[in-house]
Amino acid sequence: MNFETIIGLEVHVELKTKSKIFSSSPNAFGAAPNSNINPTDLGYPGTLPVLNKEAVNFGMRAAMALNCDIATDSFFDRKSYYYPDNPKAYQISQDEFPFAENGWVEIEVEGKKKRIGITRIHLEEDAGKLTHEDGYSLVDYNRQGVPLIEIVSEPDIRTPEEAYAYLDKLKTIIQYTEVSDCRMEEGSLRCDANISLRPVGQEAFGTKTELKNLNSFAFVKSGLEHEEKRQAEVLRSGGEILQETRRYDEKTRETILMRVKHDADDYRFFVEPDLMPLHIDEEWKERVRAEIPELPDARKKRYIEEIGLPAYDAEVLTSTKAMADFFEGTIRHEIDIKQVSNWLMGDLSAYMNKHLKELDDLAITPEGLAKMIQLVADGTISSKIAKRVFAHLIENGGDPEEFVKREGLVQISDEGELRKIIHTVLNENEQSIIDFKEGKGRALGFLVGQVMKATKGQANPPMVNKILKEEIEKR
Amino acid sequence: MSLYGYSIKDLEKQLKKKDISASELTEMSLKHIQESDEDIQAFITVDEEGAKKQAAALDHVEESERQSLYAIPQAMKDNIVTKGLRTTAGSQLLKNFNDPLYHATVVEKLHQAQSVMIGKVNLDEFGMGSTTEKSSFHVTKNPWNLDYVPGGSSGGSAAAVASGQVMFSLGSDTGGSIRQPSAFCGVVGMKPTYGLVSRYGLVSFASSLDHIGPITQSVEDNARVLEVIAGSDPLDSTSAHVQVPLYSEGLKEDIRGLKVAVPEEYLGEGVSEEVRESVLNALQMLELLGVKWEKISVPHSSYAAAAYYMISSAEASTSLARFDGVRFGERAKDANTVEEMFKQSRSEGFGEEVKRRIMLGTFALSAGNVDDFFKKGQRVRTKIIEEFQTIFSQYDLVIGPTTPTAAYKIGEIVDPVTAYANDILTIPSNLAGLPSISVPCGFTDEGLPLGLQIIGKHFDEQTVYRVAYAYEQATNHHKKRPVMGGQ
Repeated sequence: MNFETIIGLEVHVELKTKSKIFSSSPNAFGAAPNSNINPTDLGYPGTLPVLNKEAVNFGMRAAMALNCDIATDSFFDRKSYYYPDNPKAYQISQDEFPFAENGWVEIEVEGKKKRIGITRIHLEEDAGKLTHEDGYSLVDYNRQGVPLIEIVSEPDIRTPEEAYAYLDKLKTIIQYTEVSDCRMEEGSLRCDANISLRPVGQEAFGTKTELKNLNSFAFVKSGLEHEEKRQAEVLRSGGEILQETRRYDEKTRETILMRVKHDADDYRFFVEPDLMPLHIDEEWKERVRAEIPELPDARKKRYIEEIGLPAYDAEVLTSTKAMADFFEGTIRHEIDIKQVSNWLMGDLSAYMNKHLKELDDLAITPEGLAKMIQLVADGTISSKIAKRVFAHLIENGGDPEEFVKREGLVQISDEGELRKIIHTVLNENEQSIIDFKEGKGRALGFLVGQVMKATKGQANPPMVNKILKEEIEKR
Repeated sequence: MSLYGYSIKDLEKQLKKKDISASELTEMSLKHIQESDEDIQAFITVDEEGAKKQAAALDHVEESERQSLYAIPQAMKDNIVTKGLRTTAGSQLLKNFNDPLYHATVVEKLHQAQSVMIGKVNLDEFGMGSTTEKSSFHVTKNPWNLDYVPGGSSGGSAAAVASGQVMFSLGSDTGGSIRQPSAFCGVVGMKPTYGLVSRYGLVSFASSLDHIGPITQSVEDNARVLEVIAGSDPLDSTSAHVQVPLYSEGLKEDIRGLKVAVPEEYLGEGVSEEVRESVLNALQMLELLGVKWEKISVPHSSYAAAAYYMISSAEASTSLARFDGVRFGERAKDANTVEEMFKQSRSEGFGEEVKRRIMLGTFALSAGNVDDFFKKGQRVRTKIIEEFQTIFSQYDLVIGPTTPTAAYKIGEIVDPVTAYANDILTIPSNLAGLPSISVPCGFTDEGLPLGLQIIGKHFDEQTVYRVAYAYEQATNHHKKRPVMGGQ
């Protein structure tokens, strides 16, 4: 029997507001445990939540970028459950009336475009964090009250690859709106996956399982792949899929049963009486809409159609807003666009991958890169030297022209000087002249190399080639 | 020496003339508490040291720098948090909650107004009860007769004022907890409009119904305290953005021509003959003062108590969920797992009545029950709000008794349903968020006080106070002295 896979994802994204969603404590990652807290975060008796408008702005920005409708009136609810990281024993969330609904993102898998629907996005508070050691459990409440949006997809995803593409697109778009870093390793983006199988042609959904502990996009894909296979095997052998929560194991790449859900969880939702309904009028919506930058798909299209970049280059350069902004900042200086694209996609990306750094962490500026490319174009430095200059700019920034002068890297394009050096090289390598004349083309390359060595790479390569040939002819 | 029989204005004059100092006034209060509280048991915590320190600092304040409640001794219901001072909410669970880390907004405001907080007064645990018998510490006694309850849940607040231990106190009112004990103790208690006074720092019972308000000997004192504690607060999202008038300056305005509705249900079955008579007498007096009154009907009021107990218990089941022994309050000692710790801490820490309401509320919110119980309660609430809207489109005020009877004997009421039913007259104002005051309107044959309830339009505290003041000035009920009122 053949099965069709149905996948829906629930993605939590932390919003990088200055303060928490319902209190004035700082919202910052990596602080000493229990340093960014106040009585409200700890659920002290008598404390009350006050909604942070910035969290609403950020949530709206993301929701609008994901093509959602923004509700004019939405409500916060109490979601009750006991856990030591949940200080009030209820989480303030949105149940029946979320602030955003009916969105979508477009993904592309193997050249095929597809829209994945977003059912809803709601605002809520994050919980604290538990660590377990030596028989004790420690609670850090710094994360308590960090604003979250939960993005619930429609069950439109059919393969683990599509799930990966959806997450990647979601991340890119949200990063563009600058409301979150979406760093899975820091927990600012978290994903749970629901997956079920049904015989091809059947309309009713099969029983789904929920996968947790998916700590990277690759794990989401791999977990879904394993679960897809497991469910198919169970069904083929006549078994039954139970409504389970399963944990992905990074080592074995398998999913492991955590618990079987017998009844739906009863969170006893009801409208949070300590907060007023969230009313978002048209003016507020428009104000936030105006803050949304040009999104990756639109940029990509523009790069191809207006700038004339190859589709692949456009895709890579728009993968993060920082990269696209850098690209545009560089080409503003009227230089060879393809050169810019090559440097960014080549040496710059390689450096970032190797050192696991973000573009914002690097010292290089669009002005610096533009000037360097200009120096190559006007023959001041060779493209070989340019690699050295570029490596310097990445780590130190600054003006490439100054660096080139200071380090004496200016290309030697003086014919007389070059001819003198070439004479010396030829005198020292007479065998190579003979080899060349006997038709061994490689000998020329060797001689060019010797000239470059003698000039510490600063000789103008086309000129070296030209003069070398002339001088060999003369001998 | 008792502070009973003084007004804030009297004391203000004496302080001005230097007949008495802030420290002497505080000393008076502390001494009277020492003498009388063994009998009355209004206080859970007397902050002698803190009060003396406050008063000593105030002794040096120049007359030009003095604020509106300068040196006036007051007491705080012990479910209103005080930085560095134990706040128990009447519960064993918080018996060692010695530092809530911050001041409630009302505490801060009263501090700014230079009143002196003498201590924290008794209540039914977490405000759940109407006698203070549900306090996990002790039962407060009615200063008019020590065999009787002072009412509740703000029984400590009312008894401390009625016995002249302090000049005023703050109470909280979720279903009548300011007005009912004020009626039982023969003092003036105001539950203001929902949103007028910040709830920041009030240990939540049911957020949509909880109110903070003043309890005083007189209407004028009451107005003076409310104008200090009222006003919008950025720390409470449900606090209203309204201008707060100086209520005390508008008390003497004419009340002639005001139209009053008297719901016949408020004088019907279950209301004692003495109460009915005192209210009818009060209405007669108001008529003499130029007020017009008519009987009307509020058919939905018979559902108010049921709706109230659904909604308040549902909210309470979540508000009180935070007491899990993790961050504050008592933690069970011999639990082996986190779940055991939660369960044992709560089982040991909460009293019977609190557990009953948590269970009731949890049931009312559970899947399968929420529509029949909680949401039905909400629909009744909407009906009651609409009923009041209709009334207030034709009338300025609604008047009736505060309670169906005078105070009960300690131990008299054991059945919780009977206790719940006695809140029937105060609950509608909480469901609709309307300003409501209880003023003394007579005594039973046994000499126990009775209260008249005056309910106004949203944020029209001024009219409520004006009528209450005119009535008070025209009668002598407030001049009678409770047994425990001292000399």
